[in-house]
Amino acid sequence: MALTFKDLHWANNIQVQQYLQPENIEEALEMLANFEGRARVIAGGTDVIPQLRGRDIEVEALVDITRIPGMDGILQEGENIVLGGLVTHAQVASSDLIRKKAFLLSEGAGSVGSPQIRNIATVAGNLISGQPAADTSIPLLALDATVTIAGSGGEKQIPLTDFFLDTGKTVLDCTREILTRIQFRGLMKNEGGCYLRLAKRKALTLPMLVLAAVVNADLEKNIINRAAIALGPVAPVPYRATNVEGWLKGASINDETFATAANMGMQECTPRDSCLRGSCDYRQEMSKVFIKRGLRRAIAQIGS
Amino acid sequence: MNTLTLSFTLNGDDVSLEISPNTLLVDLLRDKLRLTGTKVGCREGECGACTVLLDGTPVNSCILPAAKVQGKSLTTIEGLAQINGQLTEIQEAFMHEGAAQCGFCTPGMIMNSTALLERNPEPNDQEIRRSLSGVICRCTGYRKIVQAVATAGEMKKSQG
Repeated sequence: MALTFKDLHWANNIQVQQYLQPENIEEALEMLANFEGRARVIAGGTDVIPQLRGRDIEVEALVDITRIPGMDGILQEGENIVLGGLVTHAQVASSDLIRKKAFLLSEGAGSVGSPQIRNIATVAGNLISGQPAADTSIPLLALDATVTIAGSGGEKQIPLTDFFLDTGKTVLDCTREILTRIQFRGLMKNEGGCYLRLAKRKALTLPMLVLAAVVNADLEKNIINRAAIALGPVAPVPYRATNVEGWLKGASINDETFATAANMGMQECTPRDSCLRGSCDYRQEMSKVFIKRGLRRAIAQIGS
Repeated sequence: MNTLTLSFTLNGDDVSLEISPNTLLVDLLRDKLRLTGTKVGCREGECGACTVLLDGTPVNSCILPAAKVQGKSLTTIEGLAQINGQLTEIQEAFMHEGAAQCGFCTPGMIMNSTALLERNPEPNDQEIRRSLSGVICRCTGYRKIVQAVATAGEMKKSQG
């Protein structure tokens, strides 16, 4: 159904019959199950509400999970860092622990939308929206994060590399399941990370290109042990440049390595032509620049 | 459609009212409570004209289901000045520096900078700009707005 400007701009309400606020996960899952796909989870709501207003999605009920206790913390568990499912972008961006152990994620979280959006939008929601250049999906993908999903059949853990299916689509069914935690290993002593973002403005804008890199290197021997490079939007989903990563294993740290990696990476990238955010050609060229710059900066960050 | 009973603190006063579950906060404020200082700009969380403080934190009320304020403390632009009409430092500074042109974004600018000065009484230029980055003004060059926030910080400091 096509909507007129008046419908979109002045139709005041969202189309839902019920707004439910469960007190725990079990209650939330039961509510979702009762609606058999006609209810949907809402946390910060900064994606869900505009989608409902634009009639991109239709639901009978919203199940607001933000009153469920115990899901809003950032914790260190051994060498792992755990973000509860309700942790906001503002929390991540201002966390000393994240800044110290995963600077690339601090940068990504601090780039989302605006302060008002970051204050309420959750990192879990950023993943679930399934956008190919989401500012926390890209660094979390480079950090090899794992998510925990609670559903009627219990909990399951899924690596982020298997989480994204298509643009706007993930393995999580938000009419029946809840993302309860995000887990990743903080950077180690011989690892460095980097987050790069190309956008027209510094706030309230989707990126033309983002890259997150984690490099594990032996600086004495001058070789790269392992590299993780995540890019967006260069494919329908947040993208890991696995061919480049494979080639970089054991490579020497020098300009030739960076240039070869950049050329390989560019050939894997198939960004869309966008009137707003740059042509395919331009973004491919920039992906080359970003891979070189990203590797160089990640390596420079080792030990700092 | 089921209704919800919503109880929260609005500009320091306890309120309790019935709402339908599909109500967005900005409409509750403007249409039901007649607090029209909070503006509707884009209705999709892009422009920041509808910014209010939820437990002291700036949020866009146009994309916030009203049910989310249950049990919380909400401050709108109407809640800043005292009953006797005395304005806050930020409001005074916006007048003094001429930081409003058409005025539509002003409530959003003032709510965001109120939260900024609450947590950081002496912000630098970059911190001010970052805190205002979620409010779009189409009249000015932002210069006077940034200056007003800096001035308000100084006023606040001198008054101890």
